[in-house]
Amino acid sequence: MSYTPVKRPKFSLLDKIYVVELVKGLAITLKHLVLSLLGKSPAKKDFNGKGVGACMPFPEQRWDSHLPSYYRGAPTLVRGEDGRERCVSCQLCEFICPARAIKITPGAVSPEAACQKQEKAPAEFEIDMLRCIYCGMCQEVCPEQAIFLSKEYLITVTDRKQAVRDKATLYKLGGTRKGLVNKWNQYK
Amino acid sequence: MSLIDTIWNWCVDLLHNDIWFYLITTVVKLVLMFAVILAFVVLSVWIERRVAGWIQDRPGPNRAGIPLQLFQRFGSKEKQPLKEWLHFFGIPESCWIAKLCTWLRLDREIPTFGLMQPCLDGGKLFLKQELTPSYVRKVYFTIAPMLVLGPPMVAAAVIPFASSVSTEFGDINMVVANIGIGPLWIFAISGLSVYGLTLAGWSSNSKYPFLGGLRATAQLISYEVAMGLSIIPLLMMFSTLNMQDIVQYQADNGWTLLPLWGEGLSWQRWALLLPLGLSFIIFVTCVFAEANRTPFDMAECETDLVGGYHSEYSSMKFASFFMGEYAAMVIGSALVVTLFLGGWSIGFGADAALHSVCSWLAVFCQFIMFLIKLVAFIFFFVWVRWTLPRFRWDQVMKLGWLVFLELAVANIFLTAAVLYFVK
Repeated sequence: MSYTPVKRPKFSLLDKIYVVELVKGLAITLKHLVLSLLGKSPAKKDFNGKGVGACMPFPEQRWDSHLPSYYRGAPTLVRGEDGRERCVSCQLCEFICPARAIKITPGAVSPEAACQKQEKAPAEFEIDMLRCIYCGMCQEVCPEQAIFLSKEYLITVTDRKQAVRDKATLYKLGGTRKGLVNKWNQYK
Repeated sequence: MSLIDTIWNWCVDLLHNDIWFYLITTVVKLVLMFAVILAFVVLSVWIERRVAGWIQDRPGPNRAGIPLQLFQRFGSKEKQPLKEWLHFFGIPESCWIAKLCTWLRLDREIPTFGLMQPCLDGGKLFLKQELTPSYVRKVYFTIAPMLVLGPPMVAAAVIPFASSVSTEFGDINMVVANIGIGPLWIFAISGLSVYGLTLAGWSSNSKYPFLGGLRATAQLISYEVAMGLSIIPLLMMFSTLNMQDIVQYQADNGWTLLPLWGEGLSWQRWALLLPLGLSFIIFVTCVFAEANRTPFDMAECETDLVGGYHSEYSSMKFASFFMGEYAAMVIGSALVVTLFLGGWSIGFGADAALHSVCSWLAVFCQFIMFLIKLVAFIFFFVWVRWTLPRFRWDQVMKLGWLVFLELAVANIFLTAAVLYFVK
């Protein structure tokens, strides 16, 4: 036989009458109702929520400390430990971005930069947060480990122009990361 | 002074006229009943969402307060009115009263605990784009929502919300239409509301709404039969179809399901509890089915019918369907409360005692009691909705035709036997 028949449970007469099972179900939901009103929901401990049920009342209490390590928030650009701007303007993230949120204008490395070894640096690097879908493909594709998703989830703007983040803002939000890419220290 | 006297005398004269007295009291009762139904539609939406939240371990809509910023914009310069008030009454800010006020969010808004949420939702729907697809039949498409919202309001006319009061001008019976065919009137009128669903489904001229409309019709026909048969045992006991008399009987002789005073203490009434309990179960289930509530919301089940009969509707037309559904739920609850749970009666002989003190006080207390029972039963409606999964379509039909119809018919004979043999 190419398939396994599902074993259906046999219902007793009591199950078929349904009233007893209905009362049992009502008791379960009533238990949940009473517990959440009393602030003793079973799931409450996990979040330490201060609201009714297992919830945190949002603006007053935030779940920042409960964010998992893999949380995908707003993408940012990062510097190396020596303060070098990591992005070399290869535009891979711009090409892979499914929402076309990233726009890079390639340019020469600025003469003031600490590291002059790479060929290019972005003259401008813009991420439109209204387009970004937080998929993390930019972070995955980046050969220079220059773009990372942060844990920022509250992105509120009052007009569309504010939602476009420029290079300076992105580097400011990203901060510095240690290690990972050391090739520019060795070559040339 | 003489002008006021003249107006007063004119009013008294007007009220002494039988026809004007009848007209004025009826209009007042009509407005009151209409207000109660509309308020309960809003309230039951709120109850639905809050109770759903609690059952699912979340708060539900608990905000929607009136922000104090709004008042700031209109001239008040106080940034922290709460602190000012606390200062005014000399309450320290670390006191539990201050903490309670902060917990109630009094520092930033006037709390409504989410009660404003249904109103705001209604306002939002009002502002939404009204889209009428090009392929619908416009006339029927437009009248369908009205046909859904109208009948529950009309059906409410025969539901008594308090007993009667005798004034110097005449008796006021606290029911809009004191007619001798109460339950029949409600069945007939609430049966009309399915025309709205059917017309909506058919005139939408698209597949899923049409199926939803068909299902609504089939379901209503199946359950209307069992519903009508299930209250016959009750009518055999009350031997009247007048809703006010039915409630009066329950106030004197014990509620249908709680015969603890008056004649209710007889063996016959206690033996009758078995068939009456059975008809309660059948009737309540049928009311669920008639009101298109889960587990019987076959006409609009998202999983197989997208949105059901109102898939093509938007804006206030959709809101009318939504309100009509909740109005049907309120009327269904009122009917169950009236027939089985004593309607406005406070119980244990308290009605007669209050009437001997002051009949207006009695009427007021009875009205409050009616509203309490109504809220309790609406809570039950919501509770069941968030407990049971939706039935399959064939299960619904099977339950209606093969179980409830037979049970209701058998129940009539059982009741007759009890009434005949147990004295």
